[in-house]
Amino acid sequence: MTGWLSDNLASILNGVALGCLLFALAVGLSLVFGVLDVLNLAHGSLFVAGAYAAWRLADDGSLAGFGLAVVLAAGIGGAGGLVLTVATRPLAGRGHLDQALLTLGIALVVTEVVQSWFGRDPHGVLPPLAGSVEIGGGYPIYRLALIGAGLALALAVDQAVERTRVGALVRATVCDPDMVAAMGVNTLLVRSGAFIVGGALAAVAGVLGAPLLGASPHLDAQVLLLALVVVVIGGLGSVRGALLGALLIGQVQSLGIALAPRQAPFLLFGAMAIVLVVRPAGLLGTRAAAA
Amino acid sequence: MSRLLADRSVPGGAYLPRALTAGRSVPVHLLALAVVVWLVALPFGASAYTVGVVGRILAFGLFVASLDFLVGIAGLPSLGHGAFFGIGAYAAALLARDVTAVGPAQLAIAAAIGAAAAGVTGLVTIRSRGIYFVMLTLAIGELARQVADSWTSLTGGANGLAGVPALKLIPGGGSVVIAGHIYWYVLAMTALAFGLLAAVRASAFGQALKGLRDNEDRMRALGYSVTGLKLAALFVAGGFAGLAGSLWLTQLRFVSPADVGFTTSALALLCVVIAGSGSLWGSFVAAAVVIVVRDELGTVIGGRGPLVLGLMFIAVVYLLPRGLAGLVPGGLRPQPQPALGTGVAE
Amino acid sequence: MSGPAPAPAAVEVCDLTRRFGGLCAVDSVSIRVETGARHAVIGSNGAGKSTLFALIGGAQRPTSGAVYLGGVDVTRLPEHRRAQRGLARTFQHANVFGPATVAANVALAVRRWLGCGYRPWPDRRREAAVKGRVAQLLETVGLTGRAGTPAAGLSHGERRQLEVAVALASQPSVLLLDEPTAGMAAPETRRFVELVAALPSTLTVVLVEHDLEVVFGLATHLSVLHLGRLLADGSPEEVRADPAVRAAYLDARSLAS
Repeated sequence: MTGWLSDNLASILNGVALGCLLFALAVGLSLVFGVLDVLNLAHGSLFVAGAYAAWRLADDGSLAGFGLAVVLAAGIGGAGGLVLTVATRPLAGRGHLDQALLTLGIALVVTEVVQSWFGRDPHGVLPPLAGSVEIGGGYPIYRLALIGAGLALALAVDQAVERTRVGALVRATVCDPDMVAAMGVNTLLVRSGAFIVGGALAAVAGVLGAPLLGASPHLDAQVLLLALVVVVIGGLGSVRGALLGALLIGQVQSLGIALAPRQAPFLLFGAMAIVLVVRPAGLLGTRAAAA
Repeated sequence: MSRLLADRSVPGGAYLPRALTAGRSVPVHLLALAVVVWLVALPFGASAYTVGVVGRILAFGLFVASLDFLVGIAGLPSLGHGAFFGIGAYAAALLARDVTAVGPAQLAIAAAIGAAAAGVTGLVTIRSRGIYFVMLTLAIGELARQVADSWTSLTGGANGLAGVPALKLIPGGGSVVIAGHIYWYVLAMTALAFGLLAAVRASAFGQALKGLRDNEDRMRALGYSVTGLKLAALFVAGGFAGLAGSLWLTQLRFVSPADVGFTTSALALLCVVIAGSGSLWGSFVAAAVVIVVRDELGTVIGGRGPLVLGLMFIAVVYLLPRGLAGLVPGGLRPQPQPALGTGVAE
Repeated sequence: MSGPAPAPAAVEVCDLTRRFGGLCAVDSVSIRVETGARHAVIGSNGAGKSTLFALIGGAQRPTSGAVYLGGVDVTRLPEHRRAQRGLARTFQHANVFGPATVAANVALAVRRWLGCGYRPWPDRRREAAVKGRVAQLLETVGLTGRAGTPAAGLSHGERRQLEVAVALASQPSVLLLDEPTAGMAAPETRRFVELVAALPSTLTVVLVEHDLEVVFGLATHLSVLHLGRLLADGSPEEVRADPAVRAAYLDARSLAS
């Protein structure tokens, strides 16, 4: 057992790192869906924007460039979120299928734009923290830092949602937007805020994940798929559920690709199926997501 | 064939089957007849290229009709339906290459496998409602594409399966290679499938699915097994999608992971949106529009298919006045929201 | 042992409790509804009446306690199974198939009852039988003239009538009416009371009602709920005279007795 563990420690740690990235994405998706009732399928595009920012600014591994990329991504992601707020405004009350198709259309257009600007080839990005640690045959320091950052983010989001007034406002808007509006709160502010924060989170995740996943035009579909699965099995309305789900899916995906690459999609499907069979509302779901 | 026009008058499709000629004007019947005659006579005057395009439209139109059955009739909005179309195509290709190229056998196997895949994945997806269902279907469709991409020994990987043997009509018979003949086969099979689908829609089962779409909780209270209905709807829709995939393959003799993936699903959904729900004819018209635009326009702007698709989505969503709400009357929320119907005289 | 065992009640709930976290919506309620009775459940808002109905119908599961239909323990049975066992209910909020016509609404229920709800091919003969039964039911509730109207276009009272027709389609042995006359104008209410009075005596009717005129005009038996608990249970006269009920509920409304 321990032999297997140490052999595959790198993959396991990669899985945790991936899980942290997925958590950032899932939180944004969840936030936008919970607060605005919008299914944002362009979320992956924001991630890709961050990834390409990292590639353009920091592919040589400089910390300064990386930091710049993070800031730029936050800006792009936030701006993207604002654009999406505006774009989905006319669709209010028209049902989620409309929003899904609109954001899908936007994602497709963005992918094509990215391809025409940067070409179709995938690009690697060097991590800003070079060197590795003596675990499992040398594990990159950067990825450990990423895991640390991800867990810190999870803690911060959890505390923000549970403990702060803004968090309470967000939770209230999720439950009953009309009531919150009647209380005199500017729901438009809350709504665009959710999109902006969610978008910024996604883009920054793209930057942080670039040393892990690189930058390629179809990255958005890959991460979006995983993020959606995380949202569904984690249970909407639960930050902890999203973390749990993200870590689980990150692990399944990472180990799956490392150990049985051809069966990896089946493993993912299997994990999804098992979770939903045992807990139809998601691992820690609180909303009525179940049939 | 005029029965196919029966569902147009009420958004979402009328509940009770209408008599064949009730409420339909003579010009509409004549138009339908004209189209049918044109379809049958096409190989006599048109080029092989045109015949090929129309044949592809027929197959894709059937696929769109199967998705409309799922989304518009049963109220199960799926963004991953392409998986069953693609799986059907792969099944037909493998059958032709390894066992027999007899068309009807391909159809049967493709339909069976499409139905089975839809049923199995359905066991997972129907546990979620509304938006979560959409997310799950999206995920599953993408997973299916990944399987097609990576299972190289079975699916040929990213390159797909090419050089699929030509169609045969009977075991031991000769290959059908003339474009016009292949087209007539496709036309005949599509017409049969179409009729079958129309019959299912007009049946008690079809009415029950509409009830499911409009008020799931009420159906439960009436004693219907909602899970059973949803699974059955997926089964039927998957089967017809697989059938369409087989017909698609028969013409192109090539299948790749793209046929399983999201672009195919999205394209079909776009057609369903354009067609408006509840209209079988509409499925074919929309398929014609979208395929012609994508293929013709696509070559004009240098093969940027996804870009065109994306722009079409955006355009359709903003320009459709009633939006897609008319497609799934309750939206995607668990609570039923009755649509304001127009008066219908039975 | 002398004499045969007493006939099982049409509906019986024993120590039925439903908690939502700290809130106890239904608290150890035991009620017995006799076959053929017109049993009314009354109580102020929040007394737990709708939750009780949901528990009897199967839309919700109790935290503890049991539900019996005709002497059979159905506590574990899901909603659609209880419907198959002869239980039908109407809903507090209009719960019809909006885009479908009145006739189509009833047809959905009739087909299920006739056993052809899932039939995947068209069948002229069966549909004719369905149509006949639909016409009968619409006649019973007085909606014959509105057969072709989409349900979403009906007036409030008509929608209630439709609900009763749909409920009756399954030839139930027990009919649950959840605030049937809520929001109805006086003539609609009268029509509704006549409808219920004309229902066969083999059918057991349990109704949740606020309109005390309707209650005292129709009911053979009354149960009063207050804050989730059963406050009183007996004939209308007994309940009207009960001091606890008067204090908690009846005195707040002027009642012509």
